[in-house]
Amino acid sequence: MTDVAKKTDTVTLTIDGIEVTAEKGELVIRVAERMGIAIPRFCDHPLLAPAGACRQCLVDIEGQRKPVASCTQTVAEGMVVKTQLTSEVAAKAQGGVMELLLANHPLDCPTCDKGGECPLQNQAMTNGRADSRFKEHKREYEKPIHISSQVLLDRERCILCQRCTRFSEEIAGDKFIDLMDRSSGEQINVYRDDFFGGEGTGDGQAGDGEGDVPFNSYFSGNTIQICPVGALTGEQYRFRARPFDLVSTPTACEHCAAGCSMRADHRRGKVLRRLAGDDPAVNEEWNCDKGRWGFQYQTADDRIMTPLLRDARTGELREASWSEALLAAAEGLTAARGNGGVGVLAGGRLTVEDAYAYAKFARLALGTNDIDFRARPLSAEEADFLAASVAGVSDVTYEDVENAPSAVIVGLEPEDECPILFLRLRKGHTRKKLQVTAVAPFLSRGFEKLGAALVPATPGDEARLLAGDPAVAAALAAPGALLIVGERLATVPGALSAAAALGARTGARLAWVPRRAGDRGAIDAGCLPNLLPGGRPVSDPAARAEISLAWDTEAGKLPTAPGRDTDAIVAAAAAGQLGGLLVAGVDPSDLADPRLAEQALDAAGFVVSLELRHSAVTRRADVVLPVAPAAEKSGTYLNWEGRLRSFETVLPTTAMTDGRVLEAIAALIPSNHPAAAQETTKGISLGTGDVMAIRRELGTMPPTRSARSVAPAVAATALPGTGEHEAVLATWRQAIDQGSLLEGDDVLAGTARPPVVRISRALAAGLGVIDGDAVTVATDRGAITLPAEVTRELPPHVVWLPTNSPGSTIGRSLGVTAGAVVRLTAGRPGPVLASSEVTA
Amino acid sequence: MGTFTGSFKGFGVTFAHMFRKVVTTDYPFTPPTPAPRYHGRHILNRHPDGLEKCIGCELCAWACPADAIYVEGANNTDEERYSPGERYAGIYQINYARCIFCGLCIEACPTRSLTMSNEYELARDSRQDLIFTKKELLAPLLPGMEQPPHPMRLGGTDKDYYLGALDNPGTSVGAERAPWSESGTEDAATAVDADARPETAGTLRRPGQSAKEAV
Repeated sequence: MTDVAKKTDTVTLTIDGIEVTAEKGELVIRVAERMGIAIPRFCDHPLLAPAGACRQCLVDIEGQRKPVASCTQTVAEGMVVKTQLTSEVAAKAQGGVMELLLANHPLDCPTCDKGGECPLQNQAMTNGRADSRFKEHKREYEKPIHISSQVLLDRERCILCQRCTRFSEEIAGDKFIDLMDRSSGEQINVYRDDFFGGEGTGDGQAGDGEGDVPFNSYFSGNTIQICPVGALTGEQYRFRARPFDLVSTPTACEHCAAGCSMRADHRRGKVLRRLAGDDPAVNEEWNCDKGRWGFQYQTADDRIMTPLLRDARTGELREASWSEALLAAAEGLTAARGNGGVGVLAGGRLTVEDAYAYAKFARLALGTNDIDFRARPLSAEEADFLAASVAGVSDVTYEDVENAPSAVIVGLEPEDECPILFLRLRKGHTRKKLQVTAVAPFLSRGFEKLGAALVPATPGDEARLLAGDPAVAAALAAPGALLIVGERLATVPGALSAAAALGARTGARLAWVPRRAGDRGAIDAGCLPNLLPGGRPVSDPAARAEISLAWDTEAGKLPTAPGRDTDAIVAAAAAGQLGGLLVAGVDPSDLADPRLAEQALDAAGFVVSLELRHSAVTRRADVVLPVAPAAEKSGTYLNWEGRLRSFETVLPTTAMTDGRVLEAIAALIPSNHPAAAQETTKGISLGTGDVMAIRRELGTMPPTRSARSVAPAVAATALPGTGEHEAVLATWRQAIDQGSLLEGDDVLAGTARPPVVRISRALAAGLGVIDGDAVTVATDRGAITLPAEVTRELPPHVVWLPTNSPGSTIGRSLGVTAGAVVRLTAGRPGPVLASSEVTA
Repeated sequence: MGTFTGSFKGFGVTFAHMFRKVVTTDYPFTPPTPAPRYHGRHILNRHPDGLEKCIGCELCAWACPADAIYVEGANNTDEERYSPGERYAGIYQINYARCIFCGLCIEACPTRSLTMSNEYELARDSRQDLIFTKKELLAPLLPGMEQPPHPMRLGGTDKDYYLGALDNPGTSVGAERAPWSESGTEDAATAVDADARPETAGTLRRPGQSAKEAV
């Protein structure tokens, strides 16, 4: 309502002789832009605060002594503006600025990555002089310096517009890059010791000197995209192509649940770069470095290109034809179906369409509800919570986050686990009135940048805090407050129950934020043991009848009992109770107990793996079927809001979607229904071969009439006791880590935050360690040794480790999850521990 | 009457031609010498120390109206340097099945790396052979040149190469002229250097040389 009221508050001004009405407070350059008058500019960016740094947008305003920068000048009643189109003064001023900007700009265009899409090049051609009057030597700096392993800075090209520094400070909050020095030597740089007379290496390369701070922001790629010259370039795209070589395709990011829209540029069958797409409702114009640069997995050397079959004689995988492999998979799965059943591990990387194909395949072809997309520590309580509060719900949007008065975040580190949500939270915090309350073990860097209030939580204690902490309840009291819970809360018994109850009690809206792009879509597509597509409970006969109708099968054919979840499937397979496993993109290392998962894969009678690259699963599979990566198929992700993020094929190849492969297998599997026992030759028609067909099928499925299941009510458990030199483990995944989609991406890995073990002051004092000392965290299974970082707010008996960073793989090395009790020792482990680490 | 005089007229033309200059060329045995400005196949020139002049900027590919040129840039390092400066052409291809010899690429080249020679014998047995890569296009090493990759020998930065380019042009001056041209450069006129000239590399013959001798 207030927005409407504001809009009536307008002024009338004249630009180039045309009268125009504008909102009060609007900038002259924006009003001109709306009228179709292009004023040249470099520093101006609609999402950044006005700076007036480059002076290119000078216009003549009546009554002003000198030309005025239109990007900082707000409109006023009766103002008469003349741009370069109607005013000699403005044109001359702009020409002069352009000449001065070019005076020190090197003639680098042929070697510069920006050449061909460079605002300076373009505007010099349209508005600049044809020749140069500057005959003297141009200013020289050392040619590109690495300000991080990924970002290169060429100070000769820089025009000091400060878009990068303003982005880093205003949007990302990572003020690693700034203006330094004075006068003609003024330059953009990162902090370097030698720059300030300290003991640097003197060669200008950042990160070599002891006190140097490289530009290791998760959002550094955005500065490259908004740099109006070629001063900031990326190592990965360096010299790879020119704009005219590239074919651009809008797409969606496949990494996290933020659901950024992106643009993928490809040349000769290879994606060379990805840029943030412009989607004001979701990612505005930003994305994170993982989404921008983490696509090398598509072209990795170990990509599987042909079906593989385990040779009965040698026991090794051998290449096979599609028809042979599909038949082997169908026969093996048919046999396994009658011999204990088949479990389906779908993983969180699937598009909605592919997840739906798995859900349909499990129910129709395998006759089971043993399907789960969760490839991480989980609980049965979580499945009930997802059915009750998440499936089919899209209640909270990015806009709500930005405008909320208060948000309580539990079980989620937004900067690491959903970077674009973090940016929106930060926008709400810095530009609006959002107050963030973090229920977390300590204030991480991301929370610090959000100005969050900390409710210190020992892992496992979140349920109690959500149920009864006054600070949490107070933060949610305001109308419009949000309760944002992360997927990590699944490991805390009672926490999700308490979150749902708290939401209902306070009226705060609840948002569940998973980590992977396909997680949210898999819930709605029915990849859960207790849910059919569309959030229909498996146990409800009416819901089953709806699905039977949609799938054109006889009522009563669908399996009725809720199935096993990932942990139960793994346990059953390890115990030899399952006849087979169908595994999509799942890495056993991500599961709660990687060792047990690998035993399960070994023990399962028949394993079919649909994979992109060789993994711990394909090494144990009987049939490996290659599928298309995100760039080579079309599909849809559902982001954490529940917003559809559809994308089309970037690279047309012969690679097949999971849905098409499953359809081909199903066509060879005889129906298992008693009535159809005679006609065994007839296969099952899945109808998931074509993405458009699935979209039509999903689109015509009417909303369910069955009642939503009730939220779980699991009681909180008491915290485990800790002895001396023992601590409760807190952990989450850092944004840039050893995830399988980032594997082999060394340049990107160089910008990751260095893995440390965070220990409380009490523990540090007890162990006698200070920052940087090696601390070993051990369980009965293994140990992890990392440099310590003493963290002030950590509760006394809590230790934090990254989940999957170099030197710290929790599941594999320690065999535990968050909330477990671990032992701490100062220094490196002794020989006994060391050997157990090796075997782990 | 008309037939009679008509026959004489016709024979008159024939007789007249007997005294004119012969236009037939004895092509495979004495190939004709084109004008110095003739647009023949391309050459990628070198700096005087053997480094490539091409910086992989793709401006030639951009200018090409026939889409005959394909370039992929790559990063020079101190350990492995092919050209002065940051960038060199990792891949450089000209497809002579597409090239129309218009010379726009030569005009676009910012380092005078790409020039055209007078060589016109470009017939090949397969389309694949008509795609010339750096191997075929790069100028041969003259005496004093060194096969890249090697460090910059003419100064500390790429500017030392470009600022001194007029006095010390490497292979780009005269490269477009055939060695048999009267206005050919001094080094091209000497027999030793003629072997090393880019235009005479490969199976191209010099005047007076028979086809058999050339092979």
